[in-house]
Amino acid sequence: MGWFKRSARKTPQNEIPEGLFAVCPRCKAHIYKDEYESAFKVCPKCNHHERLTAAERIELIVDKGTFREFNSEIKPNDPLDFKDAKGSYRQKAEDAIAKTGLNEAVVTGSGDINGTRAVIAVMDFRFLGGSLASATGEKILLASEHALRMKRALLIFSASGGARMHEGIVSLMQMAKTCAGIARLDRAGLPYISIMTDPTYGGVSASFATVGDLNIAEPGALIGFAGRRVIEQTIKEKLPDDFQTAEYLLEHGFLDSIVNRGEMKDYLHRVLQYSLGKKV
Amino acid sequence: MNLEFENELAEIEERIAELSKLDSKEHPQLNKDIGALRRKMKSLTRRIYENLTPWDTVRIARHHDRPLFKDFIAGMCSDFIELHGDRRCGDDKALIGGFATIDKHRVMLIGMVKGRTVDEKVHHNFGMPNPEGYRKALRLMKLAEKYGLPIVCMVDTPAAYPGREAEERGQAEAIARNLTEMAGLEVPIVVVITGEGGSGGALGIAVGDAILMLRYAVYSVIPPEGCAAILWRDAERAPEAADALKITAESLLDLGIIDQIIDEPPGGAHRDPETTIERTREAVVETLQRLKRQSTARLRDNRYDKFARMGRVKKRRSKSSK
Repeated sequence: MGWFKRSARKTPQNEIPEGLFAVCPRCKAHIYKDEYESAFKVCPKCNHHERLTAAERIELIVDKGTFREFNSEIKPNDPLDFKDAKGSYRQKAEDAIAKTGLNEAVVTGSGDINGTRAVIAVMDFRFLGGSLASATGEKILLASEHALRMKRALLIFSASGGARMHEGIVSLMQMAKTCAGIARLDRAGLPYISIMTDPTYGGVSASFATVGDLNIAEPGALIGFAGRRVIEQTIKEKLPDDFQTAEYLLEHGFLDSIVNRGEMKDYLHRVLQYSLGKKV
Repeated sequence: MNLEFENELAEIEERIAELSKLDSKEHPQLNKDIGALRRKMKSLTRRIYENLTPWDTVRIARHHDRPLFKDFIAGMCSDFIELHGDRRCGDDKALIGGFATIDKHRVMLIGMVKGRTVDEKVHHNFGMPNPEGYRKALRLMKLAEKYGLPIVCMVDTPAAYPGREAEERGQAEAIARNLTEMAGLEVPIVVVITGEGGSGGALGIAVGDAILMLRYAVYSVIPPEGCAAILWRDAERAPEAADALKITAESLLDLGIIDQIIDEPPGGAHRDPETTIERTREAVVETLQRLKRQSTARLRDNRYDKFARMGRVKKRRSKSSK
């Protein structure tokens, strides 16, 4: 490793054509970018699943040309008129919108999964850490109401650091709000599948993400209520390396399955065939 | 425990105590002096409590002498039968519940226990429930539904416990399950935030038809210290974070998160727990009477709409039901 690093530094950068390789964030292997992208950012060497944007996720899961987004115009609210040391939340939200091209941390719509139509919500971690706030909660509730009206399954892909502090108590209430939507689907006998991706924490794991009829996760995804650091500080001991990984959760009984990204679409399709018997 | 903004009050209290020890025969002015001090204290108390900052309120909500759940049980209920265990893993000591009678109302009463002495605090895990606490609460709520008993939840917790076993036993799922199930329960649910409403740990028993809150309780998505550490990069700036987070009863009423403020006596619940508990009992009884008149279907639909309204961004075309 040492000699490689040194020689790499001496090599003029333009010797490797720009953008030909990607580097796996976990095992640091150099991977052909084409191969990496076509595998939806899964490392062929170590099976690390890199985080996806909402658009990439939709491309991966939904049949081409069938996704119809709804409520995309819903933008962050600023119920507290929140300002911190670094400025206003309003500005922060504007910056996130400019950076991601999204209006909120979740994209919702309907689309087909191998021909089976479903309502789909996909969180995007790039947008303020995928945090749950009023507009996020609103979009998820509206998605559940849409599923209820259309008698379709609801699928939510989570990726979130938790509740968005900048909306204070209003963001906390989105936990109750989204769960109320899930409860209605439950009573109507409609399927709700939760897919947890890296990371799923706090207000999202403690609300809709963990109460799926099926709870699915991607390999290696970190999932928990409190963060590792907070827990280590509280209990004053070191936690095992695999703490809060999807594999750890599966072992403790909180997941139905861990599904590789490449197999996710077919897996969901197969599952949906079992779950829609009452309604379709 | 002294709050620094109450220092002046403490001084007067001390002076009154000193004077009260003297013999009024030797000091003819004594009663007059004490009376004057009492009046001064009353107006000073009012002035201090009218100008509390949100951070001051946090300190009051955590005050050592503030009435705790067990005080409320003793003061509000003519009968209480504690029911233990989640039937899966254990019996949480931070979150307890049982059958209770408040006035003529038989209810399921659930709440967090903080403890007052060091031993009690440790025994009750400082009021921080583990998953089995939330699961016990849900078991009791389902039982209440079966027996047609209204549910009263009293919230006073810094947080759900952030521990290793808590994670392994599914702290997140336990809370999430409660939120989902409480949305559909077919009996009235009255929630009272009595002290600290610590984020998801509080919300795990706080989905209800009426959310009441004591005047100097707080309810927040994150403790001000934690928020300050993240957004101000300095936990010492908690007072600023407390301000920004809008965590007082007054702010939460404005935001439509709570329905009613229960007034505390002058100087806060820690000065006069009896009056505080009595007012809480009255407010709970009134709310129970009102909610008991509603049909279960209406109750559930209203509860859904209540939470759907919170942080609503978009006008809706039509209201869906069921």
